[in-house]
Amino acid sequence: MSRRRDRRPVIVETRGLSMHFGGVRAVDQVDFTLYDNELRCLIGPNGAGKSTFFKCLTGQLVPTAGEIKIRGDETTGSEPHEVAGLGVGIKTQVPNVFDGLSVEENIWLSARRWHGARRASSLTTETVERLRLGDIRRDIVGRLAHGQRQWVELGMVVAAEPWLVLLDEPAAGMTHEETARTAELIREINERAAIIVVEHDMQFIRMISQQVTLFHEGRILMEDTMEAISADKRAREVYLGSQA
Amino acid sequence: MNSSSTLRTMRPVLIFALIGVIFMFTAPYVLQLFTIINLTTAIALAVLALSLALVWGYGGILCFGQVAFFGLGAYAYTISAINFGGSTWAILVAILVASAFAALLGYFMFFGRVSDVYLGVITLTVTLIFFSLIRRTSGPEYKIGNALLGGFNGITSPPLNLPWNTGSFLFPEQVFYVAMAALILCYVFCGWLVTTHFGRVCVGIRENELRAELLGYDSRLYKLGIFTIAAGIAAIGGVLFCNGVGRITPDVFNLYNAALTIIWVIVGGRGTLIGPIAATFGLFYLTSALGGQTIFNNNLVLGIILIFFVLIVPKGIAPTIIDWYEARRKPKKRGRRRGSRRRMREGADA
Repeated sequence: MSRRRDRRPVIVETRGLSMHFGGVRAVDQVDFTLYDNELRCLIGPNGAGKSTFFKCLTGQLVPTAGEIKIRGDETTGSEPHEVAGLGVGIKTQVPNVFDGLSVEENIWLSARRWHGARRASSLTTETVERLRLGDIRRDIVGRLAHGQRQWVELGMVVAAEPWLVLLDEPAAGMTHEETARTAELIREINERAAIIVVEHDMQFIRMISQQVTLFHEGRILMEDTMEAISADKRAREVYLGSQA
Repeated sequence: MNSSSTLRTMRPVLIFALIGVIFMFTAPYVLQLFTIINLTTAIALAVLALSLALVWGYGGILCFGQVAFFGLGAYAYTISAINFGGSTWAILVAILVASAFAALLGYFMFFGRVSDVYLGVITLTVTLIFFSLIRRTSGPEYKIGNALLGGFNGITSPPLNLPWNTGSFLFPEQVFYVAMAALILCYVFCGWLVTTHFGRVCVGIRENELRAELLGYDSRLYKLGIFTIAAGIAAIGGVLFCNGVGRITPDVFNLYNAALTIIWVIVGGRGTLIGPIAATFGLFYLTSALGGQTIFNNNLVLGIILIFFVLIVPKGIAPTIIDWYEARRKPKKRGRRRGSRRRMREGADA
């Protein structure tokens, strides 16, 4: 495991983080560090523990052992609203949106959490334009296509103006064009926030990645650039072997 | 949301409120006193239906025991009015007792993360516990201050009096005015509440609780808030009810009444406020009319109506009318939907 000395402030830190389901060690003794302004991808084969790790970070699961610190605050065992309340934007794997409400209402509810009525309205308009949702802004989200729903959820993340963004498979179910736009958006968000992205789509990771963390059997196998991981023999064996 | 857009969203609510005001001032001149007294009871039940429309339709909390807060309000009013020798503070006590009890019960349910189905079970069970408990209080030893609880016979409720003169009781006609005014005020209040940040977050939680949490909203607090507010409104209904009927008995807590409240909201439509109010009046008069004949069993007809709505009009009256109106308005231009969406939202807020 390569660990570089970095002077930037630490944003997310886990120490000995473990999540066991009965006898299964989904996440096992993970030490993970994310620095300010970083864009980190978490990859790994199915069952490697990256989504479980993600759910521990967002408060959806309470870890069996270990601790999580987000910008110095201990968040181990926090409720999701407490994690989000720190200024963390979260997008889950299965789109979690307000299905019965309009696109605008979805985004407004996010903006209004942090701003007064006036600012929330203008921020909603800005976000709708930025994500190019103008044509469907009054449509009920439950009736939209999967890719559009993903974008509405991203819109909610953006509208909260978070300083840390956690995304679980943001490009899942998107077309090539939509994926490219999502990558572009993620780079834009990265100008103001640190980001952790859990992703399967290798092409998408190549579009956005700086540093990649490879999970395998609940542990971090290696942490390096995508090129280095693609070239590594161990990594190819556990994950890339079949694809690269 | 600024004040002008609040007004725009609330327009249907204000229109219905205006209709209510007109009805309030014309009804006593047109209808007979007997009908007016009956209407007062229906209005009290409509307030109860409104409170469930708020907590279930907007908060997404299936409270099977909304009638518990209604009955609790009626009992608290009656007991404190007897003890105080006046009704004004008794109304306040009724609202506070019901809200405080709801806050306590809600705290354990929401902070204990009880799931939706069990919420219904717990609230219904609490209602039935009240029913059994108060039925067994017929002895002279069961009294609070000067008020005998009276077991299954209940207590005679002191009528409302003028706030500045505890000796001058209101006539049935005047009680009707008070009841109608209370219903209109509660309706406008609920209509306003669902346009506020708080109300919109509650609707968000109804749609997707996890998402609301991931946006940083503590869903437990919002649920507790709307549950407590709805209990207070139900208590106002209870105060009006025991004034309309003249007494309060433990029967208010029975299974039949608990289920009836749910039926009003299902028939009227979840996600609207006016629907359940209208359904309450409609079903109340249907029940009265059926009571005057002996060919059909009353409950059988109610059961058939419920089955009809669940199977044929599952959304309820008001949302179905709104949908039909929407479909008529824009049969061709499917591309331009901006204006009509807003109307739909407004319609849903009525």
